[in-house]
Amino acid sequence: MEKDELEMITIYVMGKKHRVPADLTIMKAMEYAGHQFRRGAGCRGGFCGACATIYRTQGSYKLQGALACQKIVVEGMYIAQIPFSPAEKKTYDLDELRPDVKVFLEYYPEIARCLSCNTCTKACPQDIMVMDYVQAALRGDIEEAAKLSFDCLGCGLCAVRCPAEIVPYNIAQLARRLYSRYIVGLSEYILKRVHEVEEGKFDDEIEELKSLDRETLKNRYETREKRL
Amino acid sequence: MSGYPEAMQESLRLVEKTRPDRVGKTFPTMTAEEKDQILRDWHPDYKEESKRPLSIGPSSGEIMPHEVADILEAHPAISPTMIDLSNITYDLDVLVIGAGGAGLSAALLALESGIDRDRILMVQKLRLGDANSKMSQGGIQAADDPDDSPTIHYLDVIGGGHYANTPDLAETLVKEGPDVIRWHESLGVIYDKNPDGMMQLAPGGGTSRKRMHSCKDYTGLEITRVLVDEFLNREISYVEFTCAVELLMDDKGQVAGSVLYDMDSDEYLIARAKSTVLATGGFGRLHIQGFETTNHYGSTGDGIAMAYHVGAKLRDLDSTQFHPTGAAYPEQIVGQLCTEKLRGRGAQPLNKHGELFVYPLETRDVEASSIIRECYGRENGIVTPTGIRGVWLDTPLIDVINGEGTIEREFAAMFRNFNKFDIDIREEPMLVFPTLHYQNGGVEINTQCETNVPGLFVAGEVAGGVHGKNRLMGNSQLDLYVFGRRAGRFAAERAKKASIGDLTLGHLDRYEKWLADAGIETDRRAPLLLPEYRGKRTLEHQLKLL
Repeated sequence: MEKDELEMITIYVMGKKHRVPADLTIMKAMEYAGHQFRRGAGCRGGFCGACATIYRTQGSYKLQGALACQKIVVEGMYIAQIPFSPAEKKTYDLDELRPDVKVFLEYYPEIARCLSCNTCTKACPQDIMVMDYVQAALRGDIEEAAKLSFDCLGCGLCAVRCPAEIVPYNIAQLARRLYSRYIVGLSEYILKRVHEVEEGKFDDEIEELKSLDRETLKNRYETREKRL
Repeated sequence: MSGYPEAMQESLRLVEKTRPDRVGKTFPTMTAEEKDQILRDWHPDYKEESKRPLSIGPSSGEIMPHEVADILEAHPAISPTMIDLSNITYDLDVLVIGAGGAGLSAALLALESGIDRDRILMVQKLRLGDANSKMSQGGIQAADDPDDSPTIHYLDVIGGGHYANTPDLAETLVKEGPDVIRWHESLGVIYDKNPDGMMQLAPGGGTSRKRMHSCKDYTGLEITRVLVDEFLNREISYVEFTCAVELLMDDKGQVAGSVLYDMDSDEYLIARAKSTVLATGGFGRLHIQGFETTNHYGSTGDGIAMAYHVGAKLRDLDSTQFHPTGAAYPEQIVGQLCTEKLRGRGAQPLNKHGELFVYPLETRDVEASSIIRECYGRENGIVTPTGIRGVWLDTPLIDVINGEGTIEREFAAMFRNFNKFDIDIREEPMLVFPTLHYQNGGVEINTQCETNVPGLFVAGEVAGGVHGKNRLMGNSQLDLYVFGRRAGRFAAERAKKASIGDLTLGHLDRYEKWLADAGIETDRRAPLLLPEYRGKRTLEHQLKLL
């Protein structure tokens, strides 16, 4: 399609006005307008959270959050990216922790300041129930915190918006690791397989495959049993 | 309400009509001869005009796509006269270039192998953890199930790779698989499990067992963020938005670190290192043959260019992976990945008549070729309003087969990302077409991740040999951790013994001579560092005054 035929709209990138095609994502619209991303672009597919963006549409007082790669521009959109949030991340040794509510209060005591205002949830571009998982962590329900937060990309918008200055995504990361390690636990049967490999149980079989000429190997492959 | 325009509705009705009859049915798998034939006729890799032999360096004569040859037959991004090597910014034992799955694993294992955390440095072009590793959706293979074994996995890997894999690398990959899963669990990765505590496993294209471990369809995200968290806990040194632009060598012919480029200040920095781990990922953003790509913004093939500048051998770069199912509609997400796990859980590829035309889990190259043939050979594709062709991927079947709620539970990312464009994949299929996905070849390594140049270790997508000419789903995730960890370990062992001589960038002069001797006149420079997507008007009126 020729450029002349495209429906064009007006957007404002950090206040500066641009005319861009109407059906672009924020990311592609900014590139169309001449930006080459150094910060603020990542996977470009909604999996990494590098392109956290806040925007307001004309006539509205609401500040909204989005991933620039996932949100289509609309007429009169004011856009600013927040590619980094200066959030605190505590360091810890997972081996020495216990799956206990005290962990959160020790490492992230500000969690107790949660006002239950739900601003974090409204800011989340993944539509995660952020406040609910913060509350779950606060009452020590690690499983609930892990599960509710699982789809988090760590884009940082919840932390930027939280009036209690909580960093929900770091609390969520701690909850998920605790859940996996101490509530789900290690798969014992996998340890057995690791041990078998270390003992060389499969070495002869694989050596035998490696020694085959190509035709024999190909025949072995094409006729292998499939159990799906 | 349908998320598709009127022109596509008739075909959608046929999909719905045939759906009940397709439950429990499949399509016969191809014979070896049929596979060879369809690859020759329809796979983009087999178009001879899309490639040329490389004309310089230790791998000259190797056939590769023009886009890849273009970054190798290009001037180094810097010349020795621009750089003062006497001022060392970082003096290191182990330098890790790239902070995806392989780089993070290498840094963690270098630390575990006894290197001081301040003597390791990880540099990353973008953010920590920002890489294709994070975008992997469907899963990671490992032969840990009692009904499976590393031997069975090995045969799948070698056959899938068309017997071109380095056998020792394939063996290492499959044997260390179970230990990678153990490592992840010990770090707190949440894998999908059945109520009995066993891993929930799915098949992938070309697997003969259910071997795919997943974390919903955010597998790469979950593993990467855990590794990043652990990396930060261990307080290993790192610097973001700082890319490697060339490797350094010393007067003994060893790789000895890298010239770095601070992307905020535009200044260069010198990192001297006894061992250097290259974990820069692949070349998806080179858009081979103009294909859309699933790849991360940073995947510009920097690693193969830098490695070739120091004389490292390359292999299998003639082979590019096109993922069978990239989004073909809506326009905004064309080329983005629709995970193979969708087919693993029952989704079927269908033509415009609503007919199944291929076994849904052929290896990726064969599956992709079948879809291209259906669209361009048999004219059975569905055409979007902007003229893009694709076939349906009938996702509603997943819930029909596995029970309601499966899609929301196991495909949270796919469900969410399509919903943003008003397509409910529980109700309607996706429209898909092959998309550029993976660099099958790369820098030649041995099982210790060493290259033919001492001091240079390579791991992950930038390396070649593990997957031969075609990688199976879930084996790149495994590759990252198997070879990332090995690279870290062996780089650490080397660093304990090695000593670095006088630094030099003389290899760049040698490279210029290779170019001149081959008669290559070009203004191309490599590594590219970032792809170029700015508007035409901007590029035509560029000035650099600040």
